[in-house]
Amino acid sequence: MDLIYNSWAWYVSGPILALVMFLLLKVGKTFGMSSNLRTLCTICGAGNNTSFFNFDWKTQKWNLIVVIGAIIGGAIASNFLTTDQSVDISEKTIDSLQALGFSDAGKTYVPNLLFDLSDISYRSLAVLLLGGLLVGFGARYAGGCTSGHAISGLSNLQLASLIAVAGFFVGGLIMTHLLFPLIF
Amino acid sequence: MKTLSYLGIGILFGITMFKSEAASWFRVYEMFRFDAFHMYGIIGSALIIGILMIQWIKKKNINTLDGSAIYIEDKQKGIKRYLFGGIIFGLGWALAGACPGPMFTLLGAGYLGIGIVIVGALLGTYLYGILRDKLPH
Repeated sequence: MDLIYNSWAWYVSGPILALVMFLLLKVGKTFGMSSNLRTLCTICGAGNNTSFFNFDWKTQKWNLIVVIGAIIGGAIASNFLTTDQSVDISEKTIDSLQALGFSDAGKTYVPNLLFDLSDISYRSLAVLLLGGLLVGFGARYAGGCTSGHAISGLSNLQLASLIAVAGFFVGGLIMTHLLFPLIF
Repeated sequence: MKTLSYLGIGILFGITMFKSEAASWFRVYEMFRFDAFHMYGIIGSALIIGILMIQWIKKKNINTLDGSAIYIEDKQKGIKRYLFGGIIFGLGWALAGACPGPMFTLLGAGYLGIGIVIVGALLGTYLYGILRDKLPH
């Protein structure tokens, strides 16, 4: 049972992700999570004044159901399949996070400094909102996210996805190495 | 029946995102510091299997469950939108520590602060929709 309760190794998780992609292809769909954000905008009425959102969202209902599954999956995994929520990150990572002020590095699933709503600072609020904004904007601009480009697109040997994934890493490295010391 | 299969696939995805710790802000930070192989192992092994799988699907003309051919659309050609969009996405991925799948998994896991990230992501998507015609693609 420890095999389930402990964190899952990459060589278990990666193949399951490939299986998720395969199952979606088998039911005639594709693996891509960020397009749901566009669908949600349309449901909220964004199509009334912006053509990008003016489409029949019901054609994307299947993907919203996948998202509801992802929410339920998170609840099941967190409540029933995990006894210890700490994440086993490397010592080097813990040291560098502590230097940035993340005192709970390696002890929790996500840093309380950012995600604990009961004690959230304006800075953390801004970090979460801006982080989300960049993810949403960038995913739609690039036409996909980690699932759509890094897994589906690269699996289909798409040059476009290779460029996008290179971009993901350029952005991520700039943020982590150049901007984090200024923000935290 | 179809609804149940979408839901089941989503649940499998959500559980895997959480249990692999790919939904953890800490793991994303660790990845961008190259401190551990974990995230590269997840994406890399999914990718290697995915490449072989799609070659196999194309060669053997594997069908969907209802019997039609599996069709995988090619991405549109271009450089700018993928490069600029990718960089913007990467900045956000590192900052919020979550991409669009794990965001929802974390919400289900009860880390409600992620709700602010989701609101931000919806705003960002809307902003793209408004500005799309003015951006280089």
